[in-house]
Amino acid sequence: MDSSQDYPLELTGTNVPMVRFMNVSKNYGGLKVLDNLNLDVAEAEKVSIIGPSGSGKTTVLRMLMTLESINSGVIYVDGKPLTHMPRGGKLVPADASYLRRMRASIGMCFQSFNLFPHMTALQNCVEGPIQVLGLSKAEARDRAEELLSMVGMIEKKDQHPARLSGGQQQRVAIARALAMRPKVMLFDEVTSALDPEVIGEVTNVIRKLVSEFRLTMLMVTHQMGFAADISDRVCFFFSGKIEEQGEPKQLFGDPKRERTQQFLSAVKDAV
Amino acid sequence: MELDWSWRFAWEILPDLLAGALKTLAAVGIGYSMAIVGGLILALLQRTRSRLLSAAVREFVEFIRSTPLLLQIYFVFFVGPQFGVQLSPWASGLIAIGLYRSAYLSEIYRGGLEAVPAGQWEACTALNLSGRDAYFRIIIPQALPPATAGMGNALIAIFKDTPMLSAIGVAELMHAATVVGANSYRYLEPYTLVGLIFLLLSLPAAWVIRIFERWLRSKLGMV
Amino acid sequence: MSLWLFLVQYGSRYLSGSLVTASQFVLASLVTVVFAVTFGLLLLSKTYWLRAFAAAYIDFFRGSSLVVQIYWIFFVLPLLGLSLSPFIAGFLAVGLNTGAYGAEVVRGAILAVPKGQWEAAYALSMSPAKRMYRIIFPQAFLIMLPPWGNLLIDVLKGTALVSLIGLAELMFQAKQINNLTFLSAQAFGAALAIYYLLARFLITPAVRGLESRLRRKMSRT
Repeated sequence: MDSSQDYPLELTGTNVPMVRFMNVSKNYGGLKVLDNLNLDVAEAEKVSIIGPSGSGKTTVLRMLMTLESINSGVIYVDGKPLTHMPRGGKLVPADASYLRRMRASIGMCFQSFNLFPHMTALQNCVEGPIQVLGLSKAEARDRAEELLSMVGMIEKKDQHPARLSGGQQQRVAIARALAMRPKVMLFDEVTSALDPEVIGEVTNVIRKLVSEFRLTMLMVTHQMGFAADISDRVCFFFSGKIEEQGEPKQLFGDPKRERTQQFLSAVKDAV
Repeated sequence: MELDWSWRFAWEILPDLLAGALKTLAAVGIGYSMAIVGGLILALLQRTRSRLLSAAVREFVEFIRSTPLLLQIYFVFFVGPQFGVQLSPWASGLIAIGLYRSAYLSEIYRGGLEAVPAGQWEACTALNLSGRDAYFRIIIPQALPPATAGMGNALIAIFKDTPMLSAIGVAELMHAATVVGANSYRYLEPYTLVGLIFLLLSLPAAWVIRIFERWLRSKLGMV
Repeated sequence: MSLWLFLVQYGSRYLSGSLVTASQFVLASLVTVVFAVTFGLLLLSKTYWLRAFAAAYIDFFRGSSLVVQIYWIFFVLPLLGLSLSPFIAGFLAVGLNTGAYGAEVVRGAILAVPKGQWEAAYALSMSPAKRMYRIIFPQAFLIMLPPWGNLLIDVLKGTALVSLIGLAELMFQAKQINNLTFLSAQAFGAALAIYYLLARFLITPAVRGLESRLRRKMSRT
């Protein structure tokens, strides 16, 4: 861990970003997955992360969800440090209870859905609100049903995941994450495990989220058209670094860097 | 050679044997309860962060599983008095059986827990569930169906372990048969009846456990 | 008495007990293997009666307790005209009992051989017997080895119960030494240690070694 006392205990002033990665690095053994990443995401901003596999894009989301630790640097959420906590005027690595408090403002949807198989769609969506947020059963249920209607899954609310298609499971997973009222939503390749014909039902739900909620969103995706549609900004990752970033129109229409051009043309050929 | 089976004698000794069988069932119930809890403790101890602790518990489980239960029963029963602790045959026998089957059950639990995909833990983190809620509400319910077959087998295995208790004088079914045999010099009927009682109890039990496992799977929506 | 003196004084008893246990183990293992393979194959027979016969054997020995089976073979069989010494009754009972568990293992391993292998052997118009012992069984053998490690440890532990009908094997010697000395921790502790060493450092490594050797042999080109 480098000298974390050089990092501010809190981000202050105007324009505090919702998420800030400051000099964040991550290694697996000798392999550098993220190399000194600096990235700000403003409140309600929608950022897409694209790039070849192994470029570290999923790691960005997993670190933000505190599923993985970082090797150096600090991540801030809503102005407060996430990976570290203030102790005696400086930042020390966060302990479990601090992490738990901080990650309450973050929600995540996974490539493999990860719905709880022994619970129905509705039970999946009320589990967190009742057990973690302490909502009453009736409150949690109302809220969950509202969200399940929004993702078009209200008719299937009493089904177990095993009886739902991949697209349906992912829509339930989105409702489940939203039920926790996160400020930041992470979408980790949420359409990669889906059959081509059902990808649209999931991307349409996310489009709806973008228009109806004031959420900060980070998503890793291989659907370039979709990323172009909904993002305020697109980041192209290459071997643990942001190679290029910009508005979708610029990055997809007029990429500056050679690696970005190569990647985008390779993806286009594949389609 | 003519089979010298006496129905009258068999009928006469049946009440004694059934009384012994009741005690056997009591031993099974107590031993199994101990093993269910003990196994969970041994399994969770092997999942702690301390490498040393989990390796030590692992080796202890291996030790228990690779030495004869009868020897463990004798050990618990006889070693106490050497150090001034007097344990009744019942207590020492049940401690030994409970520990022995705890070791087996810990392996079954471990297998069940390891079979739960890592994504389930990640979803628990993403929903910010506490460690306890994650274990008891999400992970353990999913680890149970694959573990039920092994847990059921452990119940039947304990039932089949109990005759060893007769070696330290616990008056269970086998002991009752030996007493009857020694008093009458007839072993054909008592030992055959004991075998039959075992079959009549354990075979249907195995069948019920299979049905229960299927029911549990469908109840939890895991087809 | 120090542990050292104890071992010097009673070492020869433990040694002779261990030798009896070892011979019981080897013979019981042979019986186990023969019955497991025979009945495992019978379970897969096309003939209903053979399958039912095999299932009855398995249910019978798995449904009751090994202690009961040892007593029955030793005390009741003589009444039916078949008197067996404790030594023979012992390894027979243990082998018959573990063989019933082994039969399920053999059956499961044979069924686990990929279907394509059966079809390939069929396409070469091999006879069913040849298909089984040239193609299917060698592959099934590798699959069933890990559970056989556990079964052989069950055989070893099973032989301790033969002490109940008076065979002077390891368990029996430990009991005798305990009765003589009242040094229960040493008497039973030494026996526990010997069983543990046999299981953990002889039987388990032997089966693992066999497995890795066969695996290497199979993957050699």
